[in-house]
Amino acid sequence: MKVWKFGDDVDTDQIVPGRYLTIYDTSELAKHAFEGVRPEFSAEVQEGDVVVAGRNFGCGSSREHAPLALLGAGIRVVVAGSFARIFFRNAVNTGLLPLVSPDTDTIPDGSAVVVDPHGGYIEVDGKRYVLEPVPAFLQKIVDAGGLVEYARGREEVEICTGSQ
Amino acid sequence: MGATIVEKIFSARCGRGVSAGDVVMAPVDVAMIHDITGPLAIRKFQEMGGTRVFDPERIVMLFDHQIPADSIPAAENHRFMREFALEQGILNYDLREGVCHQVTLEKGRVGPGEIAVGSDSHTCMYGAVGAFATGIGSTDMGFVLKFGALYFRVPESIRMNVDGVFPARVGPKDLILSIVGDMGADGATYQAIEFAGEAITAMSMAGRMTCTNMVIEMGAKSGLMEPDATTWDYLHTLGRERSGASGPGADDDASYAEQREYDVADLVPQVAVPHNVDHVVGVDEVTGTGIDQVFIGSCTNGRYEDFAEAAEVLGDQAFSEDVRVIVIPASRTEYLRTLRAGLIERFVEAGALVEAPCCGPCMGGAFGLLAPGEVSLSTSNRNFRGRQGSAGAEIYLCSPATAAASAIRGEITDPREV
Repeated sequence: MKVWKFGDDVDTDQIVPGRYLTIYDTSELAKHAFEGVRPEFSAEVQEGDVVVAGRNFGCGSSREHAPLALLGAGIRVVVAGSFARIFFRNAVNTGLLPLVSPDTDTIPDGSAVVVDPHGGYIEVDGKRYVLEPVPAFLQKIVDAGGLVEYARGREEVEICTGSQ
Repeated sequence: MGATIVEKIFSARCGRGVSAGDVVMAPVDVAMIHDITGPLAIRKFQEMGGTRVFDPERIVMLFDHQIPADSIPAAENHRFMREFALEQGILNYDLREGVCHQVTLEKGRVGPGEIAVGSDSHTCMYGAVGAFATGIGSTDMGFVLKFGALYFRVPESIRMNVDGVFPARVGPKDLILSIVGDMGADGATYQAIEFAGEAITAMSMAGRMTCTNMVIEMGAKSGLMEPDATTWDYLHTLGRERSGASGPGADDDASYAEQREYDVADLVPQVAVPHNVDHVVGVDEVTGTGIDQVFIGSCTNGRYEDFAEAAEVLGDQAFSEDVRVIVIPASRTEYLRTLRAGLIERFVEAGALVEAPCCGPCMGGAFGLLAPGEVSLSTSNRNFRGRQGSAGAEIYLCSPATAAASAIRGEITDPREV
């Protein structure tokens, strides 16, 4: 499993351009992932590879096609210095794990990576990088495998209750 | 400790005091879905076991991104949503009314103190009438359609105190571009922006919408203005009467993550340069840049006031024949107002292509796409690489006045010089 390294402010138009938003099939979407900025991505990405980026990954549109395209490409984890708010939540909801690590700048493209979300670290070329925990109220959605699974068995939710 | 506007809204809707940082399952008053993210939201609702939506009257449905259908898959998405609207008893504006955010506001579907969500990132625009409004993804929207509620982390607020009077041909778009440039693309992530001050009080509803529309470009969750006489006059014309006391407004001793001061008297026309919205410069740094296409429209700048600003700069001149000028009103209502004022005729005489209300080239879906190496100047809200077509094209963002001045000369031009 290897690292696909990106910089800061990777926006959702880079992850999947607007002209493909009539597509909902994840494997079809995956063919267009990072099409404009890394044209080799869709052909070369392997199941279990990890996207690593700098600050503000996923900024821009609310399109859920972005996490779906990455999932379709076999990406299960994105590690970034920080995430844009809507992308972060969309990722959790769809079962793509967004993990925050403060030191992603030093991680090189193409390096070998092992992710241990429960241990709270990723290991790149033998070096460990600390991961921040997912916010508690979202952890139960992660544990359920996504928001659909979390919501499926419920008939109603208790409104104005807190959680954390 | 006093409360911010956002804390006031969540406390009122939850029936107890909540503060920034609290996580609450809050009721949703308005949920907007359109033709790009709506089909997936409906599928998620169904996958969650949903059979009846929580309240059809609180759901706003319309098509704006790919209209009239530009492909068979788009037509299928439209049909799928039409059938869902019929089955659920949801009023569907279909492709008749225009761009989602403009339509949701002008149909009076959202008001002060309400919690609104839309499966579109520029849903934050509804904060112009004092609502808490934020963009969400399709799965969250599926959850909202089923339960009428969603988990929210109540955001901290950043207060923008904006004073002064705009100089000629400088306006709200220049202000918000300048703020985004200062804050950076992630400068307000997870936070809300509260706009206040004499420049906001003096601003039209159209200008206020331009400002709240773009808070997402600094990562903000919501952008709000306290309702005032201008707001209530606007809502009154929409048939929405005032209910209860004034507000929601912030307490004097509310706690802010940050307070910033702006004076628009010193502001010059602003331009966001490729490929990020926070790469903002004064127009003088890019004057003379050649352009191939100019787009005047979008939920950010597609209202009558925006076209009036462009028309004033245009006067009786013509647009450059080297530039493709695309004018698209944000809604049928704004289109008619612009048409009846004679401005549409003027734009057509000057050489513009006027299209029916829709998102148009803003998100590079339906039409108006750019070839590699081409340059677009646009009054919309994003200039990301590939946003309007080829990843090899460049997009600059500006006000309607700067767009019109530049379309006349065929290069980026200071609107104060035309």
